[in-house]
Amino acid sequence: MAVYEHDILVIGGGLAGMRAAISAQQQGADVAMISKVHPVRSHSNAAQGGINGPGVGEDGGPWEEHAYETTKASDYLGDQDAITVLAQEGGREVLQAEHWGVVFSRKPDGHMAVRRFGGMGKARTFFVGAITGQAILHVLYEQLMKPAVYQALRNYEEWFVTSLIVDEGQCRGAVAMNIRTGELHAITAKATIVCTGGLGRVYEPSTNALICTGDGIAQSYRAGAPIMDMEMVQIHPTTLKGTGVLITEGARGEGAYLLNKDGDRFMTKYAPSMMELASRDVVSRAEQMELDEGRGVDGCVFLDMRHLGEALIKERLEEIYEIARDLVNIDITKELLPILPGVHYIMGGVKTDVDGATPLPGLYSAGEAACVSVHGANRVGANSLLDTLVFGRRAAEHAVPWIKSQTFRPIHESVVNNDRAMLQGVLDRPMNGDRVARIRKDMGVSMSENVGLFRSPEKMEKQLGILKEIRARYEKVGVEDKGKVFNTDLLFHIELGYMIDCAEMIVKSAIERKESRGAHTRLDFPNRDDENWLKHIVLTKQTDGSEKMSYIPVTITEWQPQERKY
Amino acid sequence: MALKYAFWPGCVSKGAAPELYLATNRVAKELGIELVELDQATCTGAGVIQEQNPEMADALNARTFALAQQLGLPLMNICSTCQGIESMVQDKLTKNPEYLAKINAILSDEGLHYTPGLEIKNFLWILVEDFGLDRLKKMVTRPLSGLRIGPFYGCYILRPSEILGKSEHPDRDKYLEMVIEAVGGTVVDYEGSKKCCGFPLLTINRENSLKQAGNHIHEAQDLGADALVSPCPLCHLNLDAQQPAAKQVTQFDLDLPIIHLPQMIGLAIGVPPKEMRMDHHVVSTKKLLAKLSEPAAV
Amino acid sequence: MKVKLKVKRTDGETGATSYSKYEIEAADNVTLLDALIQVREYEDGTLSLRCSCRSAICGSCSMRVNGRARLACRAKVIAITRGDENVELVVEPMGNMPVIKDLVNDMESFWSKMRQVDPYLQPVGPVPEREYRVTNEAMIDLTHTMNCIMCGACVSDCTVLEVDKNFIAPAALAKAYRFAADPRDGQEHDRLEKLSEYSGIWDCTRCNMCVEVCPKGVAPMNRILQLREMAIEAGIKNNAGSRHTNIFTKSIEDGGRLNEVWMLPGSVGMFNVPRLMKEMPGALKMLRAGKLPVAQMVPPGVPGSHKMKGMDRVRNVIRKSASLKPKIAKVED
Repeated sequence: MAVYEHDILVIGGGLAGMRAAISAQQQGADVAMISKVHPVRSHSNAAQGGINGPGVGEDGGPWEEHAYETTKASDYLGDQDAITVLAQEGGREVLQAEHWGVVFSRKPDGHMAVRRFGGMGKARTFFVGAITGQAILHVLYEQLMKPAVYQALRNYEEWFVTSLIVDEGQCRGAVAMNIRTGELHAITAKATIVCTGGLGRVYEPSTNALICTGDGIAQSYRAGAPIMDMEMVQIHPTTLKGTGVLITEGARGEGAYLLNKDGDRFMTKYAPSMMELASRDVVSRAEQMELDEGRGVDGCVFLDMRHLGEALIKERLEEIYEIARDLVNIDITKELLPILPGVHYIMGGVKTDVDGATPLPGLYSAGEAACVSVHGANRVGANSLLDTLVFGRRAAEHAVPWIKSQTFRPIHESVVNNDRAMLQGVLDRPMNGDRVARIRKDMGVSMSENVGLFRSPEKMEKQLGILKEIRARYEKVGVEDKGKVFNTDLLFHIELGYMIDCAEMIVKSAIERKESRGAHTRLDFPNRDDENWLKHIVLTKQTDGSEKMSYIPVTITEWQPQERKY
Repeated sequence: MALKYAFWPGCVSKGAAPELYLATNRVAKELGIELVELDQATCTGAGVIQEQNPEMADALNARTFALAQQLGLPLMNICSTCQGIESMVQDKLTKNPEYLAKINAILSDEGLHYTPGLEIKNFLWILVEDFGLDRLKKMVTRPLSGLRIGPFYGCYILRPSEILGKSEHPDRDKYLEMVIEAVGGTVVDYEGSKKCCGFPLLTINRENSLKQAGNHIHEAQDLGADALVSPCPLCHLNLDAQQPAAKQVTQFDLDLPIIHLPQMIGLAIGVPPKEMRMDHHVVSTKKLLAKLSEPAAV
Repeated sequence: MKVKLKVKRTDGETGATSYSKYEIEAADNVTLLDALIQVREYEDGTLSLRCSCRSAICGSCSMRVNGRARLACRAKVIAITRGDENVELVVEPMGNMPVIKDLVNDMESFWSKMRQVDPYLQPVGPVPEREYRVTNEAMIDLTHTMNCIMCGACVSDCTVLEVDKNFIAPAALAKAYRFAADPRDGQEHDRLEKLSEYSGIWDCTRCNMCVEVCPKGVAPMNRILQLREMAIEAGIKNNAGSRHTNIFTKSIEDGGRLNEVWMLPGSVGMFNVPRLMKEMPGALKMLRAGKLPVAQMVPPGVPGSHKMKGMDRVRNVIRKSASLKPKIAKVED
């Protein structure tokens, strides 16, 4: 068994991960990237509608406007120093992506076109039809296929991380399984950047891909890194009936209406000025209230795109046209599309500073896995892609010089022993009638039921109890596949462990935050409480295994909290 | 019901596969299908002209459609490639009315005009959809029982299926099998039946082309086929005329007669093989004809 | 609804293959992927497949269903069985690529071909301060190709790849189009020259299989045809493929119908004696069978060549069709 050694190990091959890897490689570091799926299979693909481009010409708008709107949408929980960085450097990243080849839609004058997104005062979102994330993801992967980069950058494709290596108080890489051989290896690095994305599958249903299981957040937690804002789970207003598949906010950006069963544009009641393009938390709550008051059909309200016309739909929303046709057999140019709110994004994650560095030396994080925090209590649409690019790059730009100032001792291969014993233990376990899938489903459904859009102390406490049972079942459940090659049965088992960790953090933080802010709505505390709760909740696993809950004040530089109206 | 079509014979039936032209006319007569030949229509371009000059190909095909419409008749072809190209051009013209208007302006020089909606059908489709297999069965005088026949469609009569009417006629990819059974033959089910014969590559990459042809012939032969039947003369050229060459390239012991769809129908309804020039094949059809329930002399 | 599956299994360690049959109860609108996940989660945990997004954007779940490559998440079971619960779906891994286990293919050959076409933008000149100014038409055209999710379905079922492992195959050629046609790219000519070599654009047999199986409407073959047109336009004509197109077109312009006899010498080159000699035995056989028409013995364009009736009218259409060429949009100032 070999110990692989690198300067920088990037975990995750989505946008944040690839952006970090490209940047580190450009700086001359020996970089490795590890991903449990091929990079182009990453969930960054799913960001359909666009990317904000503050500072790119008049259309991108002044960065200050973008920063203010991001702050306001975050319900003032976003750290304004970080938001400033995002807004100031975001435009540069959009242009970099364009120069690399992203086929952004254009205006007649040849400049990039913009569309409106929710929570934004004006159209400032650049886009590639309804495949913006996919288009950028594939272009970043094209950069990795350049011969010089391809030769230099080690790509551990379809390797699965089982734990981070912590040595003398520093993160020193990861233990990972080559999925194709089933062998465990230590991949050591002087700095490790966790870019593993979100945890949407903790909930059922969810817009997230099946791979979004919170791996990196749980691994970082287990390694002792602080995890922040975990109660902030974004519920997207438009997910497709019966499938949970995302329908881009770009549809509303292009002018789609939300209607209830009576055909009324109900947003007039909830956000008379920004209507369908109010912030996501606002729109989702409005929909849920319509449903709760009996103005839905089969648990759904409707997205109406008929008036947009076939030509515009096919040019700019083709992906949505296809999804509706293929999954629910609906022609959106002629019919209403039944939609409902669904779990979409985690604002919280591994706590980092504006350089992606966590308090655990050698550990960095970027993208959805991280919490810088630029999204606070509610992320605006088209900021997630921006976040991945800006902070993916910044993490690498900080990590590469940092490793030069440090000394490192070699890591012994015995570092894999714990994980090997853990995996063998799972493989040796007899089937006991229960199943990983059943446990995961029970967890997901109960999370949606008890810690969803509207939260009550009773239900959250109840969920804490449910999670205890879930964990007890998890520790006893075995897997059917005992083979070494491409044993997905075993991987799902490990992933479920990560998800249970994340679920527990979500529930504990949600119980703790006794106010309503952004995506976190408490029935018992319906108002925002800046006096007591203008702070982040942070969970940290101590070296003795116990958990510490602490608070970090929100960084406010420019914009004092105000009442949020749309 | 009398069936009558504007008949576009295609280049190959007027060139390297004259037996197809003869067999088609002979069998149509026997079936009571009236054909009015379009003797001034041009090649469809076969997808080749399209590589250099798609507009020229579109205009020429629109002209053929207009010639059929001038007669007030649906258009029949006897070539999978013709069918595919004509359907694709038709789809393109239907979806681009402005483009069609420009083409019609050119056609107006000779008093022609194409209005979308022309019915364009290969002889295979006509047999199943217009003529009817029940009617065909009743005309069978020499059932091909005991013959194992492999269908070979030709790409362009199958794909892209959406443009080739899959939604209205979902079984078009099973018609050859249905026809083989209707005339009493046994279908040989082999993977190559819907793949490419390799003909378009023959002059560009001979080895690949012949390997494609050779593999399909070999596979069917291995499964006990007595013959392959095809609605496409281009496939016929590569599978029959090039079979000796394919044998050399693949080193398979190939000896499988390839017959045109109208020839198969003709055999079953009693047309003498000679009148369909079944002796004019590169791979001899003698063994096949000898196996007929009522042997017919070559 | 009852769903019957027959799944091809490959043992990851020994490579041994077998079929497993499953019968499950599922909702009427179930996709093949839903059904397979249900099997994997509740019937047989040893079944391996790749899948992630469930909505045809990640490209993980390509496999063969009843002999054709499909994206499992886009394949509605009821549409395949036409509602007949007794119809069994035969599910197999993709073709033309080795199998790692069960429905999981090794896609390394797919990616190495992708790398072969220099799949990244290569602009020339100074990098602009802002974005490159290009037309929306050009970007939308490229977006159709960027719709490709690298699922491998087209490569799985490519009929040329079955006989020639070196063929660059549809996905990578479509990717090549995406760069050759990008107004920001500065290497169009070099790209087209490289793509015109063996195993490139001219080796596609135009069978439409990739167009048929592509779940994203990329229509790779049509992109290959566009590359051919671009290559000819760029004057890259010293290859059998473009010579073939040329002699074919000439033949129609001359006589209205194809002159088969002259296709071969016209494509391989009139003076390519070794290659033409290879055809002699075949040509003699065809002659004997009456398949080399006397009327076509005069090459197109030479006095006395065979012509259809009414060629003057045909030539009029051909001449005027030049006016149909689409106008290339320009950026407005």
